[in-house]
Amino acid sequence: MSSGARRARATFSSSVQFFKRSTFLRETAITLVSILLAFGVGCIILWAAGYSIPAVFIGLWQGAFGGKLALGQTLTKATPIILTSLSFLFAFRCGLFNIGAEGQMYVGAITTAVVAAQLQLPIIVHTIIALFAGGLAGAFWGWIPGYLKAKRGVNEFVTTMMLSYVAIGLTDYLVAPRGPLHDPKYQANQSARVALTAQFARIMKPTQVSWAIIVAGLFVVVVWYYLFRTRSGYELRAVGQSLTAAEYGGVKTRRKLIFALSAAGFLAGIAGAGEVLGTHFRFVDGFSPGYGWDGIAGGLIARAHPVGAIFSALLMGALRAGGMQVQRSGAAPADIAAVLQGLVIFFIIAPSLVRQMARTAGLTVPQWIGRVARSATRSVGGRRRRVHGGKGRRTE
Amino acid sequence: MPDLAIEMRGIVKRFPGVVANDGIDFNLEKGEIHGLLGENGAGKTVLMSVLYGLYYPDDGEIVINGTPYRNYNPARAIRLGIGMVHQHFMLVPTLSVAENIMLGQEPTKSAVLLDKEAAIRRIEAFSEQYRLPVDARARIDQLPVGEQQRVEIIKALYRGADTLILDEPTAVLTEQEVQHLKEALLKLKEEGKSTILITHKLREAVGMCDRITVLRKGKVIGTVDAADTSERELAEMMVGRDVVFTVQRSSTVGKQDVVLQVRGAKACDDRGIEVLKGIDLDLRKDEILGIAGVQGNGQAELEEVVTGLRKTSEGRLALGDLDLTGAGADVFIRAGVSHIPADRHLRGLVMPFSVRENAILGRQREARFGRSPFWANQRAISRFAREIVDAFQVKTPSIYTEAASLSGGNQQRLVVGREVTKAPCVIVAAQPTRGLDVGGIEYVNEQLLKMRDQGAAILLISMDLDQIMRMSDRIAVIYDGRIVATRDPEETNRTELGELMLTGSLSAAQAEGGSP
Repeated sequence: MSSGARRARATFSSSVQFFKRSTFLRETAITLVSILLAFGVGCIILWAAGYSIPAVFIGLWQGAFGGKLALGQTLTKATPIILTSLSFLFAFRCGLFNIGAEGQMYVGAITTAVVAAQLQLPIIVHTIIALFAGGLAGAFWGWIPGYLKAKRGVNEFVTTMMLSYVAIGLTDYLVAPRGPLHDPKYQANQSARVALTAQFARIMKPTQVSWAIIVAGLFVVVVWYYLFRTRSGYELRAVGQSLTAAEYGGVKTRRKLIFALSAAGFLAGIAGAGEVLGTHFRFVDGFSPGYGWDGIAGGLIARAHPVGAIFSALLMGALRAGGMQVQRSGAAPADIAAVLQGLVIFFIIAPSLVRQMARTAGLTVPQWIGRVARSATRSVGGRRRRVHGGKGRRTE
Repeated sequence: MPDLAIEMRGIVKRFPGVVANDGIDFNLEKGEIHGLLGENGAGKTVLMSVLYGLYYPDDGEIVINGTPYRNYNPARAIRLGIGMVHQHFMLVPTLSVAENIMLGQEPTKSAVLLDKEAAIRRIEAFSEQYRLPVDARARIDQLPVGEQQRVEIIKALYRGADTLILDEPTAVLTEQEVQHLKEALLKLKEEGKSTILITHKLREAVGMCDRITVLRKGKVIGTVDAADTSERELAEMMVGRDVVFTVQRSSTVGKQDVVLQVRGAKACDDRGIEVLKGIDLDLRKDEILGIAGVQGNGQAELEEVVTGLRKTSEGRLALGDLDLTGAGADVFIRAGVSHIPADRHLRGLVMPFSVRENAILGRQREARFGRSPFWANQRAISRFAREIVDAFQVKTPSIYTEAASLSGGNQQRLVVGREVTKAPCVIVAAQPTRGLDVGGIEYVNEQLLKMRDQGAAILLISMDLDQIMRMSDRIAVIYDGRIVATRDPEETNRTELGELMLTGSLSAAQAEGGSP
């Protein structure tokens, strides 16, 4: 081989190396492509349904970023989504699916509402105590599935989700007209207004953006630091990537699972507390349009990175805020905005889910796709079914 | 010449870096039980996978009932009457016996509705005819392993198999179930079915088969009539003759203090079957104690028991004066037990983690990396990772590279480097050279000898008898969950060890010599 060719190859392989090593670049590129794809398909749907594509996009932009009020809407909606995204990705880093951020958020919100309305404490102290009370309530709601998972092997996917419905129903009962926490001054299902000493200050008047967004930002840093800069976080990630290797490394894996889901619940609880202390100043039944569920998408779009959660939450918040404007402007019904949101989420999640599933099966993505395709086309009489004990090592 | 059910001629199957089958001739007469015997990696399972169409051979041909086949796959193999019962059963645990057996060939009523009763009647008929008692309505996950195996056999028969391939059928069975299996196989033989029994257990091969073919390193060593052979002869065919080695043995064998003591340790495997049936071990300072044995005799569980990864159901473990019975892996690590695991992908490394993060796996609690759980000295970790990479010549672009992208040899260097630099008092090294090239093997062996000379007590668990004989200062033979003998490597030979490994005892002629 000539020296020139060798050098060329070396350059090529080093740039490949760089691309491989730079996880950040690669992941960001994948994410951006996914978002573009989603908007592309969204355009086709808009065109087929006979709506003006430019009008919809102008509406989206104006609703999300067109002026202080719009920006305020986006940031207000992004705030709880940052925290629910953190909640999802925290458990995800430990190999768990926390589908229950919505319920943990409701439990956190109602606890905060009680502490903030009933206790009399000095300013700041009251806020902090109310905030952490919400977090701890959420942590308890996460601890239950964590405990069941670690001690009994119950699938956390199911328990977190089911507990969400319990939480939503339970809080609804508590603030309903005959419930113990109902505010008798109003007909609506809501609790009493929280004390002034507990409220978060608004920081972008006249919008609803409050200190809650700063708190969310602080938790981004805390989660990042914990996951990537502490021994405990290292062990937690080891459990998520390889339970067996973590065990080998002396990690108490069951405790980690319980801790991960409790902490995920805590973060979701903080999201609910922020809504009460900064946005509504009371617990309002149905206050969340699905922030907890958005956190699942948010965590995945962020590729489970806490800093990414800021951007994914902003995207989700922007779509929510922009979607409302699209409807108001008459460019398209809100349903179309919902379709767009769904597409973005779909396109971003699909590849990472595909990769996750491929990784679980121990294959590369092309191998996995090939296998799925083959098994889909194989006639019903095929040999390969779900294999009993198929994960065991073959001898000889 | 008797009727041949199957004839395999000159089968060659290569995998990257290894010839699994190197020109194998094999034939199966109609109505016989034919044992296929060989050590792990001898090529038995590969040969049978070729016969079942799972692998396409690089050379050679398969003749079934007189017709040669070239283009061959499992669907065709099934049509030609070949049925395989895998070692790990291919059953859906939550379905009933009948549902499992009829899966893919469901009988129907009026072309759409399942006719479960018809299937159950047919299964019961098979069960009766071949004396394979099964409860067609029971759920698979409620059945003992022996009955699950019968379900697998009936499944093969249900699909019209004339030739059954059983892969290590007795590995999971109790003594009594083995007897039942033997009776069933004789009944099948009466009915004119032929059976191939893949095994590495000599006693069963001699006791169950008509003829036995022995494979070693991908080649046929010979085919013998079971009636004219002995377990001794077969053992010799399987493991081969002695080779002479020269390694500096430890000068103080047997004189030093016991570091790790195991007494009557019993433990179950993941399925809850007791596989360690009372292990006694004394591991001394300054020595390498080799554990020789055929795979599946409890080595994997022993490895986990002496590192705290598996709990014992009975027995005691002590490290010096420290009682470690029932302790977790973290306690063993703190007590100074290093562990080079048999499976570096599953245990030794977190594959998606970087080299740097893997360099501290199991050592993350050492004070130099930070005393608090909510802190970790990043610089110390990086410095340490670089030290390991340099000292143990781990070839990696950087310490931030994913461990998964390193070659097997470099992954193992990383694990070995991490484990031997702990200044451990005990090293449990399981298959430490598996999958390495010659250079890598030498390197790892050297490291272990060096650690021994520095005073560590090393438990070397390996399926590679050559490595055991070369490296060990004492050799303990494990068979069926017990240590059946301890030998001085200078005073034993492959034949003796082979027989101990394969039968658990010595035939009368050889019975003198050291006791356990």
